[in-house]
Amino acid sequence: MNQPLSDAESFDVVELRVPCKAEWVALARLSVAAVASRLNFSIDEIEDIKIAVAEACTNAIQHAKECAYIQVKCEAIPGGLRIGVRDYGRGTRPDAIRSRDLDEERVGGLGVFLIRSLMDDVHYDVHPDEGTNLVMVKKLLN
Amino acid sequence: MKKPLDIKVAVREAQGDCSIVDLAGEIDVYTSPRVKDAIGELIDRGVYHLVINLEKVRYIDSTGLGVLIGGLKRVREHGGSVNLVCTNPQIKKIFDITGLVKIFGIYETEDAAMKALV
Repeated sequence: MNQPLSDAESFDVVELRVPCKAEWVALARLSVAAVASRLNFSIDEIEDIKIAVAEACTNAIQHAKECAYIQVKCEAIPGGLRIGVRDYGRGTRPDAIRSRDLDEERVGGLGVFLIRSLMDDVHYDVHPDEGTNLVMVKKLLN
Repeated sequence: MKKPLDIKVAVREAQGDCSIVDLAGEIDVYTSPRVKDAIGELIDRGVYHLVINLEKVRYIDSTGLGVLIGGLKRVREHGGSVNLVCTNPQIKKIFDITGLVKIFGIYETEDAAMKALV
């Protein structure tokens, strides 16, 4: 029998599990784009979401090479979309995850910078030895 | 089984030691090594002035930006330059918010990008 949902879990949820490999990142971002489209986000907002999801998955692939898959969870929260991108690597200290300085001509940190720029709320749930869950929220403007 | 790459790369020779790189498709963590190889081969051959045409690129993320930054750094070591052709607002937005508009010349036409090469 299905267990009753708590308040915190009563949103519509779409979950996806993809192999922790570069060739599957496109599937993850396109799947989340389809969810965002269903929730009436604009084309520009959907493009922002696609990039943020791809950057989160790319980070997981680069920093959690030992994990077999990435879990992407989309929740249709009131007024927006909450997306969790979870890996099952060793976990990274939140203070070690930083954006780049825009005056630097280097690549490291660009992905985190893009995520923070394109999404409305971003935080990391780090579970030592159990992985990292990057949670991002995009608010619906209309 | 290898998944197909959703990126097409074509190189055209232009006047002098310039080349034009036409990119079409999506540049992400999976496809960007293909772009990196193409740009790297040109630089290895002594082509230090590049116009990279992004008109048919539908998507680019930080891994694609990283490849372009890497190429720019390498050609600058030889007094070269990289100009981009881009009119897609979504792609331009990524260059804007990352501040890369300040280090790349970004033009609306291939002619303008060619003329502006150092």
